[in-house]
Amino acid sequence: MIEVQNLTKRYGEKVAVDGLSFTVQPGIVTGFLGPNGAGKSTTMRMIAGLDQPTTGQVRVSGRDYRDAGAPMAELGIMLEARAVHTGRSARNHLLALAQTNGIGRHRVDEVIDLVGLRDVAAKRVGGFSLGMGQRLGIAAALLGNPRVVILDEPVNGLDPEGVLWVRNLLKALAVDGHTVFVSSHLMSEMALTASRLVVIGRGRLIADTTVDELTAQAGGSNVTVRTPQPAELRAALLGPGIMVSSETPGVLVVEGLSTEQIGTIAWQAHLPVFELTAREASLEEAFMQLTEESVDYRSHEPAMAGAVR
Amino acid sequence: MSVLTSAPTSGLPALKVTQLRVLRSEWTKFRSLRSTLWTLLTALVLMIGIGALFSAVNASQYHTFSPAQMASFDPISVSMAGTTFAVIAFGVLGVLTMSGEYGTGMIRSSLTVVPRRLPVLWAKLGVFAGVVLAASLAASFAAFWLGQVLLAGHHLGVSITSADALRSVIGAALYITVSGLIGVTLGALFRNTAAGIATFTGVFFVLPPLASLLPSSIGDHLTKYLPSNAGSAIFGGVHGVSNSLSPWTGFAVLCGYAVVLIAAAAWRLRHSDA
Repeated sequence: MIEVQNLTKRYGEKVAVDGLSFTVQPGIVTGFLGPNGAGKSTTMRMIAGLDQPTTGQVRVSGRDYRDAGAPMAELGIMLEARAVHTGRSARNHLLALAQTNGIGRHRVDEVIDLVGLRDVAAKRVGGFSLGMGQRLGIAAALLGNPRVVILDEPVNGLDPEGVLWVRNLLKALAVDGHTVFVSSHLMSEMALTASRLVVIGRGRLIADTTVDELTAQAGGSNVTVRTPQPAELRAALLGPGIMVSSETPGVLVVEGLSTEQIGTIAWQAHLPVFELTAREASLEEAFMQLTEESVDYRSHEPAMAGAVR
Repeated sequence: MSVLTSAPTSGLPALKVTQLRVLRSEWTKFRSLRSTLWTLLTALVLMIGIGALFSAVNASQYHTFSPAQMASFDPISVSMAGTTFAVIAFGVLGVLTMSGEYGTGMIRSSLTVVPRRLPVLWAKLGVFAGVVLAASLAASFAAFWLGQVLLAGHHLGVSITSADALRSVIGAALYITVSGLIGVTLGALFRNTAAGIATFTGVFFVLPPLASLLPSSIGDHLTKYLPSNAGSAIFGGVHGVSNSLSPWTGFAVLCGYAVVLIAAAAWRLRHSDA
C-alpha cells in the first residue's frame, strides 16, 4: 500500500506537485495518469525517497521507505529516465543492485529470464534498445519480489508483444497481492490494465476514480438518432433526466435513454428512424476533458483539430 | 508467472541491507566497468614509466650536474617522479566513481535499493581506497625498484633499506590513495565528471605553480599547505617550496582536507535530491 498525504514539491518558483493526496491499494493495478509534466515522475521519486517532499509525506506499507530494513523486498521501482550505468552488462547491473540487499545470483538469473533478456545479459547496457532498457528496468524492480511495484511508463518503446507482456505481468503481480502503481500518459493503455486511476494535472489531483466512473463522469454515453421528423421525435422522447440536442438538421443526440428505449418510443409514436447509434464516450476523450485545464505543453488548435477528432 | 509466485521460497532468505553487502555491491560495480580498468592501467603505466624515464635521464645527465645539483640529488624521489602524474589518473578514477553514477542516472537505482544512502558512499570510498592502495603500492615498489636499477648503472642507486626509502615508497601510495579519495568526494559534490576532473586537476596541477608566483612573504606560509605540496612531502616530491612540511605532518594535512571533503560529500548525499 502507498499512502500519499498532502504532498508538495517545489523547485524554486515552479510547483511540480501541489498538495497531492491519494492511496494505492494492494491486489489491483492502479494507473497514474497525467499529461507530460504533470508531476508523475516527481511523485514517484518522492515515494522512493529519492526526492525530499517540500511538505507532506509518503508512506510505503505504513512507513517511510527510507526506514525499510529490506528495501528491495518492500519497493521495486522503474523510473522513466534510464537509471543504469551504460558501461556495465545487464547481469552485472542487476547483480550489483541485488547484492546490496543480500539477493543471490540465482534470483538475478531468474528475473533475467522473466523479462526475456537472457541472450543479451552479458552485453553492455549502452547498446540496448529502448525496449530492452525497459525490460532491464522492470527486471531491477522485480529483483526483491517487492510488495510494492512502481513502474514509470513501462510500455514506452516496447513492441506489441512487449506491451502485451507488460499488461499480463502487471495483472499477475496484482493477482499475487502486490501493490502495483503504473504511470502513463496514455489513457487507452491504462484502460486495458488498471482498475483504479489516479489522474493528476499540474501537480494537482484531478480524479481518484475507477475506469467506469471516469467514463461516466466524462459525459457518459449518448445515442445518435437520424429521423425526418426531429421535432416530433424530440417531443416524444423528452422526459425527466433526458437531454436531447441537435447540431445537424435531422440528427438528434439523446442522453439518458438506450437505443432500445428510443427505438420503442419512436415505433409507438409512428415516427420513422433511419439510424440509431449508441456512442460510448472514449476514455481518451474523458481524459482530455479532465486534463484540458492543466496541459503544460499544448499544440495549437489548428494542428490539434485533425488529430483529436 | 510462476517465477513471481515462487520467488519468496526460491532463495530470498533474510533480505536486509548491511554495510558489508553494499561493499560487495560496490566491488561488483567497480570491477565490471571497462573504463575503471583502463584508468587504473593508465595510472600504473604513468607511475612506473615516468619514474623510469626520470631515473634514466637523471642517470645519464648526472655528470653534467653542478655541485649544488649533485648535493641535492635524491635518487628516491627521482624514482618516485611518476607519482605526481599518476595522481591525476587516480584522481580522475576517483571522480568517475561517483560522477559516472550521476551522469548515467545509475545513482537513482543505487539509492533506491539503499535508501539510507550513506552506506553507498562509505562502500564506494572503501572499495576505492582498497583497490587504489593495493595497486599504487605495487606500482610504487615497481617504480622504486626499476628506478634504482637504472640509477645503479651510474652508481647512483640506493636500496629500499636506506634512510627514508621505505617511507617514501609507501608514502607515495598513501598520497595517491588519499588524493584519489578527494577525487571521489569531488565527484559526489559536483555530480558531474567535467567539473570534478577540472577541479581536481586545478587544485593538484594548476594551483601549485600559481602559488609560487605569490610574494614569498605570503607564499611561504600558504604554498606548503596546498593539498599536492602537503601530501607530496611524504615521498619527498615537493619541489620549489622553500620550507615544505615534514613528511607525516604534510600527510596529516592532506588527510585533513580529505576528511572535510568526505563530510561535505556525505552531507550533500544525505540531504539533497538524487
